[in-house]
Amino acid sequence: MVFEYAPAPESTAIVDIAPSYGLFIGGEMVDPRDGALFKTVNPATDEVLSEVVAAGPEDVDRAVTAARDAYEHRWSRLSGRDRGKYLYRLARLVQERSRELAVLESIDNGKPIRESRDVDLPLVAAHLFYYAGWADKLGYAGFGPDPRPLGVAGQVIPWNFPLLMLAWKIAPALAAGNTVVLKPAETTPLTALAFADICRQADLPPGVVNIITGAGDTGRTLVEHPGVDKVAFTGSTEVGRQIARAVAGSRKKLTLELGGKAANIVFDDAPLDQAVEGIVNGIFFNQGHVCCAGSRLLVQESIADDLLDRLKHRLATLRLGDPLDKNTDIGAINSQAQLDKIRELSAAGEHEGAERWSPACELPERGWWFPPTVFTGVTQAHRIAREEIFGPVLSVLTFRTPAEALEKANNTPYGLSAGVWTDKGSRILWMAQRLRAGVVWANTFNRFDPTSPFGGYKESGYGREGGRHGLEAYLDVRA
Amino acid sequence: MSERDGSGRLAVRKTYKLYVGGAFPRSESGRTYEVRAADGRFLANAALASRKDARDAVVAARKAFAGWSSATAYNRGQVLYRVAEMLEGRRAQFTAEVADAEGLDTDRAGRIVDAAVDRWVWYAGWSDKVHQVHGSSNPVAGPYFDFSVPEPTGVVAVVAPSSPLLGLVSVVAPVIVTGNTCVVVAPEDAPLPAISLSEVLATSDLPGGVVNLLTGRPAEIAPWLASHMDVNAIDLTGVADGELATDLEASAAGNLKRVVRPPQAAPDWSAEPGLDRMLAFLETKTVWHPVGT
Amino acid sequence: MSTTALAPASLADVTASNATLRRVLHGLPGVDQVGVEARAATLATRSIKTTAKQFALDLAIGMVDLTTLEGQDTPGKVRALCAKGRRPDPTDPTCPQVAAICVYGDLVPVAVDALGDSGVRVAAVATAFPSGRAPLDVKLADVRAAVEAGADEIDMVIDRGAYLAGRYLDVHDEIVATRDACGDAHLKVILETGELATYDNVRRASWLAMVAGADFVKTSTGKVSPAATLPVTLVMLEAVRDFRAQTGRQVGVKAAGGIRAAKDAVRYLVVVNETCGDDWLSAEWFRFGASSLLNDLLMQRQKLATGNYAGPDYFTLD
Repeated sequence: MVFEYAPAPESTAIVDIAPSYGLFIGGEMVDPRDGALFKTVNPATDEVLSEVVAAGPEDVDRAVTAARDAYEHRWSRLSGRDRGKYLYRLARLVQERSRELAVLESIDNGKPIRESRDVDLPLVAAHLFYYAGWADKLGYAGFGPDPRPLGVAGQVIPWNFPLLMLAWKIAPALAAGNTVVLKPAETTPLTALAFADICRQADLPPGVVNIITGAGDTGRTLVEHPGVDKVAFTGSTEVGRQIARAVAGSRKKLTLELGGKAANIVFDDAPLDQAVEGIVNGIFFNQGHVCCAGSRLLVQESIADDLLDRLKHRLATLRLGDPLDKNTDIGAINSQAQLDKIRELSAAGEHEGAERWSPACELPERGWWFPPTVFTGVTQAHRIAREEIFGPVLSVLTFRTPAEALEKANNTPYGLSAGVWTDKGSRILWMAQRLRAGVVWANTFNRFDPTSPFGGYKESGYGREGGRHGLEAYLDVRA
Repeated sequence: MSERDGSGRLAVRKTYKLYVGGAFPRSESGRTYEVRAADGRFLANAALASRKDARDAVVAARKAFAGWSSATAYNRGQVLYRVAEMLEGRRAQFTAEVADAEGLDTDRAGRIVDAAVDRWVWYAGWSDKVHQVHGSSNPVAGPYFDFSVPEPTGVVAVVAPSSPLLGLVSVVAPVIVTGNTCVVVAPEDAPLPAISLSEVLATSDLPGGVVNLLTGRPAEIAPWLASHMDVNAIDLTGVADGELATDLEASAAGNLKRVVRPPQAAPDWSAEPGLDRMLAFLETKTVWHPVGT
Repeated sequence: MSTTALAPASLADVTASNATLRRVLHGLPGVDQVGVEARAATLATRSIKTTAKQFALDLAIGMVDLTTLEGQDTPGKVRALCAKGRRPDPTDPTCPQVAAICVYGDLVPVAVDALGDSGVRVAAVATAFPSGRAPLDVKLADVRAAVEAGADEIDMVIDRGAYLAGRYLDVHDEIVATRDACGDAHLKVILETGELATYDNVRRASWLAMVAGADFVKTSTGKVSPAATLPVTLVMLEAVRDFRAQTGRQVGVKAAGGIRAAKDAVRYLVVVNETCGDDWLSAEWFRFGASSLLNDLLMQRQKLATGNYAGPDYFTLD
């Protein structure tokens, strides 16, 4: 290559990671009562970053009690205007510390700094800012003149967008007048713990936000805790199912944002170069660790060869490596477990007869990595066309007619998102009406905004996050 | 239902069957059960639906979904209004059936029928308004046009409450007005108004399969619906047994059905319903498109 | 890579009539404005540091068509510009020379004389630049005069009025005629993208120029705003990439007007690099039409060499 980009690493001097962290309960960092410590590592280097607590049942109980106390004695007594002001403070503090948080996110998660800096953090601040404005306007949200909060929200979030998912959960909950106990993912606790410090800087009343770290057991304990009035979960469909079973028969309100296997459909009259970008953004954004990733490319047969040529040409320019390098497009896989899953499904793809392709791509020696991968010759019956891989792996299928594209796109238990690429307006609307998915991106993909409701059909979950609709999850809307 | 009228004529009794896919089949199991009035009189043998009847009903509901959900809102509104018209025309029959089922005098039973008619009219009017109330245009921070529209969830299983006409109408109308199709399990002890209502539906331009009605034992049929992987949502309003409700909800998690739990207190079916029941079975779809030249 | 629009039909078939030409141009894939602008913006975030920056700055200097196109231009100014083009940084012999000096036709002899055998080429704008509003024979005489005076490259403008009116064949034929008038001189076809209004038009006009025989497609005259932009250049780069894939003939791209900062020039090079790759990363295939850009490139170059920020007083004004 003539024009080699020299390393352009973002400085890590801006972050200060403590050797160990406690739990953020009742407005302060406390030592665990029955939780043990575990390590969180940098997935790009396999180095231990810090030790955090796997909160035990007593710790969970203490957090829920703190949240209850805050709900009854502080937060529910505040005016909507004052709740809004606290949220505005949080939004501003996130903006002020956004570079620090972006670097920390990339270190703990493995995502490229370009994405944490240009996508995650701006959206985090925007989400807090958006819901801050709702806090004193709930009566205008369409859920009756005086909608009530639910109480204590138990929130469990995934590792793919750690701080963004935190914001998606905390902002509407607080705006609606609830208090929260939030559990970040096992492998990505650090930005949530940094957010605890932001709550401190904001002088948020103690107990309004509680952050307890841990793995699946901690999450289960939280979700099943009788003191929780509302459960919100983002993660795999399998865990979502378990949670739905666990809350059965209770009065807990439940919203779930689960897996997906989105079809990204490219018609022969599509703006091809932008479609290629949309495909790349659809499946290689965040290493494909995206529930709404466009993991199934459905391309009209007449342009399939041309489009794949363009796509492969484009993939050859993707830069995989150090997440903190400002030119990195593809960072590290978040964990060994996730890497194993991606490898297993990719092996199944080959085994089932699909043709595997990756651009020439050198993987770093340490850490967890997977090259951008494209499978062609995939059929609907292949596992890689049906199961969520949650990695940088694209399955390519072809179709001939709009009806066939639609049928293939909808032929999945999931229904989170879909993409349509065509320059024909009426066809976009025809497809958009019929795709059974909660978000349809037409001539674009993977766009997010706090004003825009996001969530799934079918086994991709229920409830919406974002927009006016997102408030419903945190309000008692029953007459 | 009196055996002889004033002139001494012996009445012709009606056979009460299931309503599936627009037809009135007997249970494939060949089973029936005795339905009695509130005062204990024998009224009829109702079909005792089996799990296979439930299966067939889901197939019929799924088949009807594409057409009904893509019908225009105006059209669905007119169909629901037509249901009200047909129900009004059979007021006397329903008054008698409600009186028998609930042990009410004719006046009170008549008022319940009136309320049921009015409920159809109320929901008919929502068909082309709920989108405007619940949809939105979203001012995203970028060059995109972004809007959200409500869409029907799909096939909804409904365990109807014991209020055999007004309660039934109050749980069925909000499901179908937005384009869902449904499989309804009628209240076990008072299924006859439900069967008669399906006769009204069958003559109201409602496409076959949009509403499918099963009579029998909810405790027997509902578990099959709750665990059915081609059912998208379940309304447990009529499940009085708390343990059964919990089991059904847990079972519904198998494919992440949308679940409406049984009410904590007995509902007042005469009150204005609000949007809850419609919104419970609506998805929100958000569509993005760039804005450019 | 092949495009669906121009199947292996020969170019002669394409230009058989305005209708056939239109069919091909309108059969090209559309360009989504938001998508292409987002892509360009993402590429603009590439962080080019240290050795990469060094390389990019030198590459960019070597791609500059150092330009003066003012009514008040004098032979003296052109001579000064030529001297600068030959040795942009007289204190540093490792500094590359620019690609060309770009002037109006009447000043070509001055430039030819001043540049001698330096290897810096002489480019002349012609065809009633910048508006293109003159009879064809006048435009062609303009071209011939510049070529006869020794111009190595001719920068022509297309008839935007004809293009926007859909008279593609007229535009085509005019480019062909100009091409013939150029003789051995290279032809750069200025699309004046600021007047074409849409990216679809930019892509189609690029193809039209290439089909007609352009050696380069060039964004702008510099006299119309907006001039070169990153997304417009991206669309043109996609066009030349696709055209070569289809026909085997490589065409260059010149981004002209409005590029003043070294940082911007580096962004353009990133776009070239990630759209077309190595084959276009030389002055033979990519140019900047600029004047003040050169000084900023030189200042950044000096900053890299000395570690100290440079000041404008130490570089000659053009």
